[in-house]
Amino acid sequence: MSDLFTFLTRMGDNTLVLGHRLSEWCGHAPVLEEDIALANTALDLIGQTQMWLGLAAQVEGAGRSADDLAMLRDAWDFRNLLLVERPNGDFGATIMRQCLFDRFHLLLLDALTHSTDTRIAAIAAKAVKEVRYHADRSAELVIGLGDGTAESHTRMQTALDALWPYVGEMFTDDATDTAMAAAGIAPLPSTLRAAWDTQMTDILTQATLTRPDGDFAHQGGKNGAQHSEHLGHMLSQMQWLQRAYPGATW
Amino acid sequence: MYAQLVKSDAADDSPEARAFQARIDRGEKIEPKDWMPDGYRKTLIRQIGQHAHSEIVGQLPEGNWITRAPTLERKAILLAKVQDEAGHGLYLYCAAETLGVSRDELTEMLLDGRMKYSSIFNYPTLTWADMGAVGWLVDGAAIMNQVPLQRTSYGPYARAMVRICKEESFHQRQGFDIMMKMANGTEAQRRMAQNALDRFWYPSLMMFGPSDKDSVHSAQSMAWKIKMNTNDELRQKFVDQTVPQAEYLGLTVPDPDLRWHDETGHYEFTQPDWSEFMDVLRGNGPCNADRLAARNKAWDDGAWVREGLMAHADKKRAAKVAAE
Ligand SMILES: [Fe+2]
Ligand SMILES: [Fe+2]
Ligand SMILES: [Fe+2]
Repeated sequence: MSDLFTFLTRMGDNTLVLGHRLSEWCGHAPVLEEDIALANTALDLIGQTQMWLGLAAQVEGAGRSADDLAMLRDAWDFRNLLLVERPNGDFGATIMRQCLFDRFHLLLLDALTHSTDTRIAAIAAKAVKEVRYHADRSAELVIGLGDGTAESHTRMQTALDALWPYVGEMFTDDATDTAMAAAGIAPLPSTLRAAWDTQMTDILTQATLTRPDGDFAHQGGKNGAQHSEHLGHMLSQMQWLQRAYPGATW
Repeated sequence: MYAQLVKSDAADDSPEARAFQARIDRGEKIEPKDWMPDGYRKTLIRQIGQHAHSEIVGQLPEGNWITRAPTLERKAILLAKVQDEAGHGLYLYCAAETLGVSRDELTEMLLDGRMKYSSIFNYPTLTWADMGAVGWLVDGAAIMNQVPLQRTSYGPYARAMVRICKEESFHQRQGFDIMMKMANGTEAQRRMAQNALDRFWYPSLMMFGPSDKDSVHSAQSMAWKIKMNTNDELRQKFVDQTVPQAEYLGLTVPDPDLRWHDETGHYEFTQPDWSEFMDVLRGNGPCNADRLAARNKAWDDGAWVREGLMAHADKKRAAKVAAE
């Protein structure tokens, strides 16, 4: 499997899995405006998935489509971060997960608009506009809820503490990342950390939340070595029709 | 329709009421600040509220399949549709608010059962073909009613309908497209398509409400132009439009007595089981309890979020005042 293909599936699997998680909220959000906004974010992410996995399929050249990659790979071939497969939890956990990822996603896409691979730069240029909006929104909600009532503050702090061990994986470099960086295709994830820390500190300060101590980081999502149990359950829903009725056109 | 069996308050006979009726008869639009009879206001609140609630509860049967959509494109289309429906709810609540009722008040009335939503959303979505059938039949039936409502006498309601109708006809085409794929697909897909039509046909006919030929409520609402056609007219129009589409799909409408009449230019069809309809309205449809429980849970679970965001907004406002 080429490094480029791996890189592209990482991009597409992150957006697919997170988009799917957000779509689980449909009709169940705390206010109507949030139902609309969550669906809108999910929609953007699924659209980005079509582009990333479409390019991955093209690069692979094995006759697979974006849908084949989404619907017919098993969990161990997924390359998304563990963070995005975390279950939704309460609204606070969903929004905290979104904020932690959005900041990373935005920095990454910003860098990718300068990729030496023009196909990647083009996708990033389109996606970065959408993600800038996601990042503004999730930060605003984290601040509003962190600095809201005692209950909303406690819930946001709890969410932050629970998700913190999944932050580190976003910034872990491996051989694929090194190869991408050497070719000028993508930045080394570790180089995005300083900017992320600065921005996140600002958001958490305004939200009156305490940045957790410790930098223990769970690994195993982006390299596929060990996903959480949750991913398999998500795929069993997401892929069910394609698996139950192989060869049908929908 | 999305508003079924809406009780209409009687008009009074004051000079203002007569002048008001004259404005409506001349085709003028009534705006929020204009004088209006109490009955007109109350009836509109019930009707628009019920319509808004239907859009909101209507997210659930389709949301049921978003996580199982078979392709990325289908997932995106369905997400966009459900997002549109939430948007329709928002426009309609805004229209209702111009009549002096808040969205929260309306929501409370939905959640404790004082207000209704369309009977159709109390039926389950059991296969992917149901996403086709809902778009084709349910959005199709909604359009029948909502297109004429673009000319309704209350300005904010009419304007909301204009925006909504554009999106609903898009939904209907997308639903029909799913049905096409299923009807022309594998044996299993054809079976799902026929099964969806079998289950959704009569509930779709019920959407228009029982015959209102002799209903006083309905006569008053029609005089006020907040109801534009009788339920039977709209139902007939729906059947006349939909039966040829079913034939085109190669599907069988589950009505052995369905007949075309050259003389009238209409189909003769079997009425739905109105006792089933009344059961559904009384809360005994297959999904009433689940739908209301889901909406109540969303509202209750979300209380801390709404309170938190409100508290933050208050703090910001106070800080701004203090700084001035
Ligand atoms: Fe709608
Ligand atoms: Fe609708
Ligand atoms: Fe619709």
